[in-house]
Amino acid sequence: MSALQANSVIMKKLLIFTVVMFGFGFALVPFYEKICEVTGINNLLQADTLTENTQVDTSRWVTIQLDANTRGLPWQFKPLQSSVRAHPGELVEVMYEIRNDSNREINGQAIPSYSPQLLAKHLKKLECFCFSKQVLKPNEVRQMPVQFMIEPGLPADFDTVTISYTFFELGSDSAADTGERVNKS
Amino acid sequence: MAAVHDHDIAHAHDHHPTGMMRWLTTTNHKDIGSMYLWFSFVMFLTGGVMALTIRAELFMPGIQIVNPEFFNQLTTMHGLVMVFGAIMPAFVGFANWQIPMMIGAPDMAFARMNNWSFWLLIPAALLLIASFFVPGGAAAGGWTIYPPLSVQMGMGMDMAIFALHIMGAASIMGSINIITTILNMRAPGMTLMKMPLFVWTWLITAYLLVMAMPVLAGAITMLLTDRNFGTNFFNAAGGGDPVMFQHIFWFFGHPEVYIMILPAFGIVSEIIPTFARKPLFGYSSMVYATASIAILSCIVWAHHMFSAGMPVTGQLFFMYATMLIAIPTGVKVFNWTATMWRGSMTFETPMLFAIGFIFLFTIGGFSGVICAIVPIDIQVQDTYYVIAHFHYVLVSGALFSIFGGVYYWLPKWTGHMYDETLGKTHFWLSMFFFNLAFFVQHFLGLAGMPRRVPDYALQFADFNMISSIGAFGFGFSQLLFLYVVLKCIRGGEKAPAKPWEGAKTLEWTLPSPAPYHSFETPPVVR
Repeated sequence: MSALQANSVIMKKLLIFTVVMFGFGFALVPFYEKICEVTGINNLLQADTLTENTQVDTSRWVTIQLDANTRGLPWQFKPLQSSVRAHPGELVEVMYEIRNDSNREINGQAIPSYSPQLLAKHLKKLECFCFSKQVLKPNEVRQMPVQFMIEPGLPADFDTVTISYTFFELGSDSAADTGERVNKS
Repeated sequence: MAAVHDHDIAHAHDHHPTGMMRWLTTTNHKDIGSMYLWFSFVMFLTGGVMALTIRAELFMPGIQIVNPEFFNQLTTMHGLVMVFGAIMPAFVGFANWQIPMMIGAPDMAFARMNNWSFWLLIPAALLLIASFFVPGGAAAGGWTIYPPLSVQMGMGMDMAIFALHIMGAASIMGSINIITTILNMRAPGMTLMKMPLFVWTWLITAYLLVMAMPVLAGAITMLLTDRNFGTNFFNAAGGGDPVMFQHIFWFFGHPEVYIMILPAFGIVSEIIPTFARKPLFGYSSMVYATASIAILSCIVWAHHMFSAGMPVTGQLFFMYATMLIAIPTGVKVFNWTATMWRGSMTFETPMLFAIGFIFLFTIGGFSGVICAIVPIDIQVQDTYYVIAHFHYVLVSGALFSIFGGVYYWLPKWTGHMYDETLGKTHFWLSMFFFNLAFFVQHFLGLAGMPRRVPDYALQFADFNMISSIGAFGFGFSQLLFLYVVLKCIRGGEKAPAKPWEGAKTLEWTLPSPAPYHSFETPPVVR
């Protein structure tokens, strides 16, 4: 009997370990987000700070194309200008417009995307409508600024870059409501 | 009772059902071990047919045989079937047959759970295969089931996820059984450091399984809820992060590749001393090397993702940690070589496969070190170089050790000697065609041929043709293996209790074939 008991003790321990590891798989989700936040990877929803005086590189121009998309929510979303030209190191402000075409109040969150990928490293955003959620009443229209600077460190072979935003609906099932960040419910 | 078997008289307490019910209800470790091995062989042929279809399509540039959608399903399912259906169950089959006999235990610790962990595999395998026939076809995003593809695909993906859940549960149950058996049921006098190395490697593998499998279960559960219940763990459209899936997947996936190779190390560590007629060189260093490989395997996962976007510090950490694994692996290769050094070697089929394993696994290990180097990995990522690398460690590594192990223990399992000439022919055919199929893939990869494509640029044509010829040769050589095994089961020269004079472990003290119940009174190990 004692051998059987010893067996079931080990089995219980291993089963508990299994359940803990199953939970650990899920615990990796907040852990991953925390790491991204602490190390500054993926901090799409926080403003950058300009630490030092940046010299404007007047020797070259960068064309910044502006793109806007919505996914799954009845909004019109567009930039007021399709592209701007700026020197690296120069502070630029552009405007976007959103309009709620439906007859209900909708919470939306914009997620940025950059092309080339490398731009993410050299783009400093001081202000953006994507830092918080946007709430639009029925038929409300809003114009929102984005203030950014492209660092002179951007390799010279990129003379055209694209900044793209996509609005997603923050519904009851996505549980994201603080506006600080998008929760992965 | 209508049918009374001989051993029913010998063991009056043992009246198991006959026919199909015997196999359905059996709790005998030898029956279950045989079922595992046959199951894995059937899955090996299934995955092999998929591989040959892939190679047939790649025989020439252009689309000839299958359409690209189906090609993607084939590459995905080939990987899943071979990893979860062929290699892993084969090693569990070895564990079932050998561990109780090698440690002097009468059976596995939880015999009924053992039966369950085998029979769970059948519905899982059926789910996987059946997913080819549902609308949208089988999962087609690669065996790593990365989002966003795996979030978007049809119900074949859900079936694959369920199949993985079931196989994972079966693996965990099997591992709990193996750990308990090894820790609690060793014969008196067999201390941990006197265990055969095969038992040691399986003990460590089983711990890796109970650690890694639940993490995979978690990852694919999140995938399932993303697909069906509106969560957004990985779904970028809802703020999720697809790269996070890669991290969680490979946190399971890298220990998984060692789950598939550590038991192979164990088998080879049994075969080499037997046919070199010397004790294993550096037994304790082998144990510690196995343990350090297992521990290191948990901190290197992101080397699969160097091009997915990672800070340089992270790349450097994972690069150095990965290269560190070459040290304990090198210890093992040196120990095997030192065991053979000045031994009285003979070259029966198991030994040929073991030596073939050392040669080819080392090539695969070296290309692994090359892939670990970040700047090179960024070049060869997702090319045929990676395909060549992991087939060198999984086919000429894991699979060759399985062949070697089968030849080594067949006399014990069946009571007959296998046909040595045919066995050696099987080895040389496998060796030749394996290298023909996979060595050229290194060149294809370095030249830039991407993996998972049904068509390719013309400059890759010659090497692909050679590779396809090799693959077909290798595939058909395995039918010879089937013939040798069947012939051995049906008859042949009677095997003595210890057919290999250099063998030292406990199972050779039993008669051949091993009696249905063995070591009911534990042997005493001194």
